[in-house]
Amino acid sequence: MSTARKILIIGATSAMARATAAAFARRSDSIYLAARDADEVSRIAADLAVRCQVSTYFGAFDIAQIGSHASFVSHVVDALGGLDGVVLVAGSMADQADAEQDFSLVETMVQVNYLGAMSVLDECAQFLVQQKSGFIIGISSVAGDRGRQSNYYYGSAKGALSIYLSGLRNKLQAASVHVMTVKPGFVDTAMTYGIKGMFLVASPESVGENIVRAVMKNRNVVYLPWFWRYIMLIIRQLPEFVFKRLKL
Amino acid sequence: MGSLRKSLSGWGRYPTQECITWRPEKQSGLLSDTPMISRGLGRSYGDAALNANGNVVLTERVNRFLEFDTTSGRLRAEAGVSLADVIDICLPLGWFPKVTPGTKHVSLGGCLAADVHGKNHHQVGAFSKSVETFNLITADGKTLACARDGDNNDVFWATAGGMGLTGVVSEMTLQLKKVETAYVTSRHVKAADLDSAFQVLAEEGPESEYSVAWVDCLARGKKLGRSVIMQGRHARVDEISTAQQKTPLQAASRRHRRLPIDLPSWMLNPLSISSFNALYYYRQGKKTQPFINDVDRYFYPLDAIEDWNRMYGKKGFVQYQCVLPNAKAFDGIKSMLEKLASSRRASFLAVLKRMGPASWGLMSFPMEGYTLALDLPLRGKGLFALLDELDEQVLAAGGRVYLAKDARLGAKAFAGMYPRLKEWQKIKSRIDPRNHFTSSMARRLAWVAQ
Repeated sequence: MSTARKILIIGATSAMARATAAAFARRSDSIYLAARDADEVSRIAADLAVRCQVSTYFGAFDIAQIGSHASFVSHVVDALGGLDGVVLVAGSMADQADAEQDFSLVETMVQVNYLGAMSVLDECAQFLVQQKSGFIIGISSVAGDRGRQSNYYYGSAKGALSIYLSGLRNKLQAASVHVMTVKPGFVDTAMTYGIKGMFLVASPESVGENIVRAVMKNRNVVYLPWFWRYIMLIIRQLPEFVFKRLKL
Repeated sequence: MGSLRKSLSGWGRYPTQECITWRPEKQSGLLSDTPMISRGLGRSYGDAALNANGNVVLTERVNRFLEFDTTSGRLRAEAGVSLADVIDICLPLGWFPKVTPGTKHVSLGGCLAADVHGKNHHQVGAFSKSVETFNLITADGKTLACARDGDNNDVFWATAGGMGLTGVVSEMTLQLKKVETAYVTSRHVKAADLDSAFQVLAEEGPESEYSVAWVDCLARGKKLGRSVIMQGRHARVDEISTAQQKTPLQAASRRHRRLPIDLPSWMLNPLSISSFNALYYYRQGKKTQPFINDVDRYFYPLDAIEDWNRMYGKKGFVQYQCVLPNAKAFDGIKSMLEKLASSRRASFLAVLKRMGPASWGLMSFPMEGYTLALDLPLRGKGLFALLDELDEQVLAAGGRVYLAKDARLGAKAFAGMYPRLKEWQKIKSRIDPRNHFTSSMARRLAWVAQ
């Protein structure tokens, strides 16, 4: 994977997506950026093209509009002239307390983080399996490793996504398509800015760079930064009768 | 989008105020619902980018390059882009900012808001001279396209030097300057006193496209105003070494150091500074033959030490920069240096520079004459009283104080120094009648109503 590749970034306007796209672009890969906000995504595409002198493409894409996914993926393949890798970053996190009051927020989180993600990755997987090469990176979350009272609607959607990615990895192994699950801890983005109780916060740039490094090494499940693997190991090991009493 | 309440200060670390900060990643987040000021990289020294108990919108993540034409050197970019980024991307392609201040860690928006100047002001003018157009998000949420020589140029000139009080600049088009190398051919000229420093600065050879005088402001009596004038111009390919010629537009990167702690404030005292100054005068003054410097070393010597503002200790420092018109400049600056020397207030950094004609910016700082900048640690009684005296003198001479450096100027002196304030306020009341854009500085100076 040393030559330039063709990469699709889904949900490309977040800081983590921008940083990941930049890390690929610095390796001279061509990038297709897909996101809901057409103006914003055009700005990020222009930025990468100037900063990294690579070809960038962009298009408006709504992960919640499942009916559009098949034609969108084929349009991306046409635009890029192929497809070597997909990074799913699109995500939605509503405040837990708000979601408890308004179930439509829960529906959106499931739609975006889980249903939409499965649909668009299935479409991409179909193409990659035929070509018998490529990779899929799904950005899940440490919040999906165990349900906590402060964040379990979001966490359960991300947990479901992690299980889907694990199954997909298992299936695509035979077709030489690699699937990598990324579980970031706290990342310094618009999603987390100003939220209290954050610790060990990573910069989006370091997360982006590490995602690209990890996929080159064919890693399966990556916690970012790395120490979250051990934090989550401990959290998962706590017996339920203890865990249910914690204020997490 | 969440906000974070925190203590903020400018580069001088005085004053420190509680502000509600927002850090958007998209254009739509640049304008807040309630009154605000934008803040780029926080390099203005005082309270220009503070809004005590109010909104401060950080533009650092809305920093996308939008278009760069490598043939014409025209760059379109969002206001959160830094000059460091511009240099990183454009210099290897042979383009350099036409105007740069003494640090590259400034946002383009900040450069326009303060209408900053560089060591070449006497030849090319202020930053606004290199800006062709910009988009301004106004208080009503609309975007106003402003051109230097076209549409809405009254708003253009209210915004250049307007310290962020007309709206949020979302993007701008900038003309860069073609250069052959990433190096500067520089030369130092020693001046034994203020008189000869002025003489050197007044001469305008092509070899001194850039020119600035470092002044030993603790020298007194006959040595008052002794200086080293540092001249330079972009180097041609045939002037640099054969090793450098292999990649003429890429100088080897420098190691950066960081000042990890606040130095105890007694470390900078008249004795330590005067010894440093004497040493510096003799060592730098010896470099009378042209020599090659890379752009970082020439333009941004202080950027090599990250957080150098910690040198002045916890209490911080103020920078006093004023400009005096030609006719009054020599006597005025002489008397300021005398006052400073006799008060034994050690200024670690004193810089003298000649300025060319003023821009059209209604609130822009530069005017034809000479500008003096002094770093003064906040310590001891009487500093502000001394600066008030200097204000009086600047005002009487028809000069002004630079707002990007200011933390303490009074409203009355301000109005006297900026005679086009009324014109500016007329435009302000037209495009922002409810003072959506306000800052601690704006209120201190009674620039906008409370």
